[in-house]
Amino acid sequence: MLDFIIKRLLQVILVVFLALTAVFFLIRLSGDPTALFLPPDAPREQIEEYRELLGFNRPMHEQYTDFMANAVQGDFGQSLRSQEDALQLVIDRLPATFQLAITALILSLVIAIPLGVLSAYKRNSIFDRIGVGITVLGQAVPNFWLGLILIFFFAAQLKILPTGGGGTWVHLILPTITLATYSIARFTRFTRSSMLDILRKDYIRTAKASGVPTIPLVSRYALKNSLIPIITLVALDLGTLLGGAVITEVVFAWPGIGRLLMQSLMNRDFPIVLAAVFIIALIYAIINFIADILYAYVNPQIRVK
Amino acid sequence: MSANLEKALHNKPAVEVKNKKESRVYNYFANLFRSWTGTLGFIIIIGLLFISIFGPWITPHDPLYADFSKKLLPPMTDGHLLGTDQLGRDILSRMIVGARVSVIIGVLTVVIAGTFGTIVGIISGYFRGWIDVVLMRIVDVQLSFPFILLVLVINAIIGGGLRNIIISLAIGGWVIFARMIRSEVLALREKEFITACVATGVSRFEILFRHILPNLFTPLIILASLQIGTFIIAEASVSFLGFGVQPPEPAWGNMLNEGKDYIFSSWWLITFPGIAIIIAALGVNLFGDWLRDTLDPELKGD
Repeated sequence: MLDFIIKRLLQVILVVFLALTAVFFLIRLSGDPTALFLPPDAPREQIEEYRELLGFNRPMHEQYTDFMANAVQGDFGQSLRSQEDALQLVIDRLPATFQLAITALILSLVIAIPLGVLSAYKRNSIFDRIGVGITVLGQAVPNFWLGLILIFFFAAQLKILPTGGGGTWVHLILPTITLATYSIARFTRFTRSSMLDILRKDYIRTAKASGVPTIPLVSRYALKNSLIPIITLVALDLGTLLGGAVITEVVFAWPGIGRLLMQSLMNRDFPIVLAAVFIIALIYAIINFIADILYAYVNPQIRVK
Repeated sequence: MSANLEKALHNKPAVEVKNKKESRVYNYFANLFRSWTGTLGFIIIIGLLFISIFGPWITPHDPLYADFSKKLLPPMTDGHLLGTDQLGRDILSRMIVGARVSVIIGVLTVVIAGTFGTIVGIISGYFRGWIDVVLMRIVDVQLSFPFILLVLVINAIIGGGLRNIIISLAIGGWVIFARMIRSEVLALREKEFITACVATGVSRFEILFRHILPNLFTPLIILASLQIGTFIIAEASVSFLGFGVQPPEPAWGNMLNEGKDYIFSSWWLITFPGIAIIIAALGVNLFGDWLRDTLDPELKGD
């Protein structure tokens, strides 16, 4: 098990390192951003001076090794706009993103697991049709559009909820629903299919035949065993949730990492982009790492492999 | 009885073969129309293809023509079925032209990402060794970054436009194909007919091209059809965020981006292009699900 953990930990480092490398070169190859910060008629010397200052005139490999050496120490440079520390700016936004992602995760689990269980247990019933319908529709609705529609109804028409911004729990309602919808669809599907697998098992039939009542049958015998694949699939799907959070944050002007990343991409403020990519890759890699460990813990076959 | 038998014996084989072929196509359609979700998906896809091919000839108005005296007209006024936008352009016409953008992006991205992913998957799964380790490590790394964010970051850096959004989506999407094809190839390698080929001295390349490649067709078609919906939604999201397809060229995503500023006054700007995205994604996904259930019954009930 320890071997497995160490191996996966090294992989986390590799993933973050390669993600940063790829984005670094992509940014440098797309040209330097100095022109954006100076007036179009800026004299040549001034442009050169600026390039010198930011280090864009040096050979690529030198810039890269410098960047990596600093990045390892948590120094991603300063924002090209506000001159603040890039990594600190990103970290400051982290709690807001977590708040949104975690409430959405809880909401989707609370809805999806009962729905998936019901859908599987009463297969082909009206519940199953509703469950499958939500699954199919939820995966076809772009979450930014759902966000717009919610804003239209609850903020523009009914005027009972704010259009965006952060701070109180009232601001959290619409973004949470928006972000959770896609996850509800996915998680219902996971729950339904792993419950269907378990309900087909012999021991369930035996339990049923020996007169175990429905609720203990489902909760104690079936759900408990199907939770393992569900947890794994949910953990692996958190990246999609994280990706969706970025778009949701933009729609609702939620002050999280996603909105910061978008603004920095728009402004070509690359130190912040790199710091945000670093944090996102790190979080995602850690989530996957935990999911794998969890999976290996409950399923010894993986550990041996 | 004997007359029937004689008749059967006298049936020409050529006719038989032809009938068999016809009945196979017929069977597929009969099967398709038995599933109402599959049928719905099929109809949506045909409609989408029709609109994207004949779009420019069936728009009621010029999708790019701006008339400020007619800006923000609600639906069903002045000959504008779905109303006009902030510049007085006809929304229905822009949506019709936008359909072509979505279809082109969905199809081309699947073709590019699918081809590249298949090549990588075959190399990885068939030749194994260090190249498999290297390629799969790259796939792992890429899969450890959220797809939509990857597409967004790449597209923001290399710039917008139809060509660049296809490139960004293809870079984001090839890994799924590579991983799936690799596992298919690994499974096929273990099959008896491949062992038989190796034993009888069939060359590696002949095994690859004549025996493995044709067997990859079904899983590839299933995955491709399901990925098109993902790509269409991803493009709309990226264009909505202000990257991707750039205005004035109409795409459903950037129409929503322009419309969001008028959310308090003009609901139709944000409503119709969104519904178009949902219908398109739903159609492709429903058809893909049917295709999977039909071609690969083992996966059914997922």
